[in-house]
Amino acid sequence: MNKLMLGNEAFARGLYEGGCKLISSYPGTPSTEITEYAAKYDEMYAEWAPNEKVAMETAIGASIAGARSFCGMKHVGLNVAADPLYTAAYTGVTGGLVIAVADDPGMHSSQNEQDSRHHAIAAKVPMLEPSDSGECRDYVKQAFDLSEQFDTPVIVRLSTRVAHSQSSLELYDRQEAAVKPYEKNPQKYVMMPAFARGRHVVVEERTKKLIEFAETSPLNSVELNNTKIGVITSGVAYQYAREALGDSASYLKLGMVNPLPVKLIRDFAEKFETVYVIEELDDIIETHCKKNGINVTGKEIFGFIGELSQSIIAEKLLGKKNEFAEFSEPVPVRPPVMCAGCPHRGLFYSLSKNKITVSGDIGCYTLGAAAPLNSMDSTICMGASISALHGMNKIRGEEGEKKSVAVIGDSTFMHSGITSLINISYNATNSTVIILDNSITGMTGHQQNPTTGMNLKGDPAAKVSIEAVCHAIGIERVRVVDPYNMAETEAAILEELNIPQPSVIISRRPCALLKTVKHKPALKVNNDKCKSCKMCLKIGCPAISIRDGKAMIEATQCVGCGICTEMCKFDAIAE
Amino acid sequence: METKSIMIVGVGGQGSLLASRIIGNVLLSQGYDVKVSEVHGMSQRGGSVVTYVKYGDKVYSPVVEKGEADIIVSFELLEAARWLSYLKKGGHLITSNQQLDPMPVITGVAKYPENIVQKLSELGADVISADAVALAEKAGSAKASNVVLMGLIASKMDFDDEVWINAIKQCVPEKFLELNLKAFELGKEIK
Repeated sequence: MNKLMLGNEAFARGLYEGGCKLISSYPGTPSTEITEYAAKYDEMYAEWAPNEKVAMETAIGASIAGARSFCGMKHVGLNVAADPLYTAAYTGVTGGLVIAVADDPGMHSSQNEQDSRHHAIAAKVPMLEPSDSGECRDYVKQAFDLSEQFDTPVIVRLSTRVAHSQSSLELYDRQEAAVKPYEKNPQKYVMMPAFARGRHVVVEERTKKLIEFAETSPLNSVELNNTKIGVITSGVAYQYAREALGDSASYLKLGMVNPLPVKLIRDFAEKFETVYVIEELDDIIETHCKKNGINVTGKEIFGFIGELSQSIIAEKLLGKKNEFAEFSEPVPVRPPVMCAGCPHRGLFYSLSKNKITVSGDIGCYTLGAAAPLNSMDSTICMGASISALHGMNKIRGEEGEKKSVAVIGDSTFMHSGITSLINISYNATNSTVIILDNSITGMTGHQQNPTTGMNLKGDPAAKVSIEAVCHAIGIERVRVVDPYNMAETEAAILEELNIPQPSVIISRRPCALLKTVKHKPALKVNNDKCKSCKMCLKIGCPAISIRDGKAMIEATQCVGCGICTEMCKFDAIAE
Repeated sequence: METKSIMIVGVGGQGSLLASRIIGNVLLSQGYDVKVSEVHGMSQRGGSVVTYVKYGDKVYSPVVEKGEADIIVSFELLEAARWLSYLKKGGHLITSNQQLDPMPVITGVAKYPENIVQKLSELGADVISADAVALAEKAGSAKASNVVLMGLIASKMDFDDEVWINAIKQCVPEKFLELNLKAFELGKEIK
């Protein structure tokens, strides 16, 4: 029977059916569930690595050892893992090596909107792009075959709408792929200049063969209708185009987006008066067509920004617009916020109250940038909070050091914060770094990490001590605070800022959404004591609002953390 | 059959993912081609969330656009107002009357509109509103308000109760099953 599966779940199924043996990934929306679902199959070893570079190198090692292996990440994760990728393209593989990269057009949960197809082109590795869950499963299996046939890593590119949409598929059995015997082969795997020069020649020859493959592979399919319009497209953009244009267009759907075929595209394009390229984000297919003298129209109509949709395509190409009614007055926006009971809230209130410059990072706590806390000055990428603070402090000197902190989560600190902290210690700024240890990787939906004492499967694992790491790399002042105690937390921040030494404050309290965290009863406002001063609103708790002039706590949301009781000067909030 | 579209909208954490999975499984069991589209990650953190369910002989795009939804189910009043423009002419709008202030309202820079249900009706929408939280509490937990609304949507779609109950069984852990089946029953009784 057919089963509804998320694209990511179907991807994991493809890993299972395709005989994958090892999976090493770092969580990142919208790629996370691939590895979570894969971990449910006992036939495959799966782990969370500290970051994407480590994950990819682990998968490369497993491939060299002869097994089909996989690593998955979001688009910006591939930047972290680019170093091993670009050279694994030279070494090739022993067991098949498949990499998932999930782009996020529209930036539902990301800091940029980069198009990962550029990495495939630059690294000279083939890239496949499925357009629904069934193709996710099928393409993973084909990617393993291609990887071994052409001796190359293969990237499978997802986008949010493919990764996080469910469609149905029929399930098949696992095909075991035997681990190939290990043979020492330094000419292939030791990439020093003398050997790498030879491998570059292999890469260029391989690319020519892959282009020939792309000309006839069923991954690239043509649907001819009796039309004047031809559409060249790939991934979820195909689904949008097919829905918007139906039988009024003909389609060349490219399941393999690197390298691209030439003759196939030319033969298709010649059949039509007008040929459109419909692709999200950058003009990869369009540029390829134009470079090869094929006349197409694309980005001048659709632009480079955000997601496409059936409506956008219908409007731009057919001039069709849906009828609809808008609500009759302004609807206030509802941005994401820190959850009720979030341990980060009180800490950010203290930073905001003291007008401290905050060098931020990637995680739930990035929401500290939003009103009413407004307590973040920069957020660039994983780990940048600490290194950017060091750079700022080198320029701003003592004045900066006394008024600036970095904030970084436990998982992000493990990912790439440690090397940044080494720079503070080694190159000496009196910087204050706050590690927000909520005992989990929060934003991506609760994944274990090296500081939690558990592995991906939830089994006990070695627990990295954040305190010991900080001490070992030369930070003498390391202290732990409970962020639910706002007075203690604020005092610690102000003290460390004023001491001319580098210091780390670990703000430690588990995420309020963790199942292991016991919630207290919801708090209530005593209307007789409430003076309507609205101080409790300054912490930006979604459970607190004003009803009929008085503070009101929404019982379905409040977890009794008590931060608001520390704000109220009139003891109006209690159990 | 032409593709039909359902939207489930609400505030992150209200249980829209479970609701969409229940509807998805109902439709799949009836032999339709189905696509369900969710958003995870940052927008889940108390933000406005939307899930699309589409079904028919062959579904292509997983997303629903303005003017395309046959049914919108909203877990919160302001979200019903926000997503009204996605409703097709003549479509049904089902909403919980729960009010959750978004941060701009909490901080006082924006105002929560009054009489939302009445205004939605005046704009031509076929609106049904219900106190889903109270009914869920009656079933045993306020958290089951999503399944109360599934009961309500079931009355707008032509499938046997058995089909819905089977789908709920597939999607809900054993220990919460009784609670959710009761919530579903209470939702169905709403007129």
